[in-house]
Amino acid sequence: MASLELRNVQKSYGNSQIATLKDIALKIDAGEFLILVGPSGCGKSTLMNCIAGLENITGGEILVDGEDISQASPKDRDIAMVFQSYALYPTMTVRDNIAFGLKMRKVPAAKIEEEVARVAKLLQIEPLLERKPSQLSGGQQQRVAMGRALARRPKIYLFDEPLSNLDAKLRVEMRTEIKLMHQRLKTTTVYVTHDQIEAMTLGDKVAVMKDGVIQQFGTPHEIYNNPANLFVASFIGSPPMNFVPLRIRQRDGRWVGVLNSEQGSCELPLPITSDDGLRDRELILGIRPEQIGLAGVGTADFSLAVDIEVVEPTGPDTLVVFTLNQVKACCRLMPDQAPRVGETLNLQFDPRKALLFDAQTGERLGVVQPEPVRESKVPRLVSNGAGTAQ
Amino acid sequence: MSDFAQPRLTLGRLTIHATLLLACAVYLVPLIVMLLTSFKTPEDIRTGNLLSWPEAFSAMGWLTAWDSIGGYFWNSVKIVLPAVLISTALGAINGYVLSMWRFRGSQLFFGLLLFGCFLPFQVILLPASFTLGKLGLANTTTGLVLVHVVYGLAFTTLFFRNFYVSVPDALVRAARLDGAGFFTIFGRILLPMSVPIIMVCLIWQFTQIWNDFLFGVVFASGDTQPVTVALNNLVNTSTGAKQYNVDMAAAMIAGLPTLVVYVVAGKYFLRGLTAGAVKG
Repeated sequence: MASLELRNVQKSYGNSQIATLKDIALKIDAGEFLILVGPSGCGKSTLMNCIAGLENITGGEILVDGEDISQASPKDRDIAMVFQSYALYPTMTVRDNIAFGLKMRKVPAAKIEEEVARVAKLLQIEPLLERKPSQLSGGQQQRVAMGRALARRPKIYLFDEPLSNLDAKLRVEMRTEIKLMHQRLKTTTVYVTHDQIEAMTLGDKVAVMKDGVIQQFGTPHEIYNNPANLFVASFIGSPPMNFVPLRIRQRDGRWVGVLNSEQGSCELPLPITSDDGLRDRELILGIRPEQIGLAGVGTADFSLAVDIEVVEPTGPDTLVVFTLNQVKACCRLMPDQAPRVGETLNLQFDPRKALLFDAQTGERLGVVQPEPVRESKVPRLVSNGAGTAQ
Repeated sequence: MSDFAQPRLTLGRLTIHATLLLACAVYLVPLIVMLLTSFKTPEDIRTGNLLSWPEAFSAMGWLTAWDSIGGYFWNSVKIVLPAVLISTALGAINGYVLSMWRFRGSQLFFGLLLFGCFLPFQVILLPASFTLGKLGLANTTTGLVLVHVVYGLAFTTLFFRNFYVSVPDALVRAARLDGAGFFTIFGRILLPMSVPIIMVCLIWQFTQIWNDFLFGVVFASGDTQPVTVALNNLVNTSTGAKQYNVDMAAAMIAGLPTLVVYVVAGKYFLRGLTAGAVKG
């Protein structure tokens, strides 16, 4: 396994003025799982192709184990890739598909046999070895595609949206399997997805991309709790973070934001120490649905009565929609706490987790609270939970 | 198919079947006339009518025909085999490059190549004979093969390019990461998938080149002429009584190879032409 570092990687096509990738810089250690996540067209797949050598970069360096490989041809980079479409060779059997890369590298036949057997056992595809890809289901094709990558024992694995062609149930299962496999094999992996749940659940590190720029690079925990800007905050999390336009005022030497509902208003302390000219700017308060809860009796602080407009039970919890400062907001309650539509509910907002953004630039404002990083092997899940391995 | 219920025999169905049978007859009659006539004796032809059964089947027409055009038949084989194989092989590589290894200007290149499909034979007669003369290949089989290869390239390239465009790029990219080079990817991955389009190409080129008359008559002379030209010479000789049985037999001989190719490979032809229309 190898470490991967990107130094100011640039990519632009032909005479296009707009760069597809702008100054991409990040570094992961050997054995780490990096997620590139972002909306379509953000450049994440291009970046992956650049790492693989399928596309040339127009600036910067790609280092594997400290060695610049940006000029090397794909076959010399020792990188394996799992494609979204799986890209299995249709005329070859599963066995030949897995063995192809080894044959190309002139591995002795006995060794190839051994490797194929190892990979097939690992992925539980032994009964499929003599079949053609067209005789396999989507999930099986997915396994074979992974097997083909694993057989070569390359320095780095690339996954290009590998789960997006699977149905919802299988996707959750395969996600768990990929995670399990990574925990066992400790392979350096770069994984492209547009699915924020995959990003949160699988990654050791996550790079959120938009318009060819890395918006934020950090652990899933950091990305979730300390988003660098409005885009990252809105992209990660499901249901998404609430964004509420905010006016601020000073009370008792502290800065507070005013929240209004049909029923009244409350003041929320903000993570800023001076007004920094904020009074002249349009501000947005970001607060996640799970950071709004039922106000207990007597805890009147930062609580507000709201009219319930929509109730969406998801099973494990119930999403409740109401209006805050003239926009729809959502909170996540336990199913047994859930109100009925039309009721009035007293909600409490967690001011420590509230984030402040500039409405114009999307930039994060105020003090970024240093999060106590919890050393947990398994990143915490946003929702759904990890599926059960079969 | 057997799962479908048998449609009931109605007047509408009867009409359809009758029409189809009539259409079949219209197409088959010329062939029947040719076959029957080829087995008749000249006497028989003069006395009977077109569709009358031969009084006695005589192989004389076929033997005479083979005597006069048999040598040219082999000429045609010698022209067609290399021309078909070379143009198909080059077309396959061209198509591979133009779909999977695009280079700057490759679209323009392909566009220009497409013009070749619309060029009538007559237009290239003079330039081609000029070129063949310069190359010292005038009136040779090699020269004729060259003309057919060059003319056919536009078509074969088009076939293969359009076929490979529907093949996902990811296959080639996966193979590159697996360490395969340009020709390995082509030979190990794309060619095995290309059987339908290879068949289309072979049939198309075979038919075109075997049936060609104009290039044959212009670029070959004497002993190197293809069978089509020989057939023409045979049928158009104006001395003596017309030997219709020989003419018909010779025409059958000249037409037989294309017929055989269609019968043998026809199913691939349809499959290849419709390949990519429905992604399964």
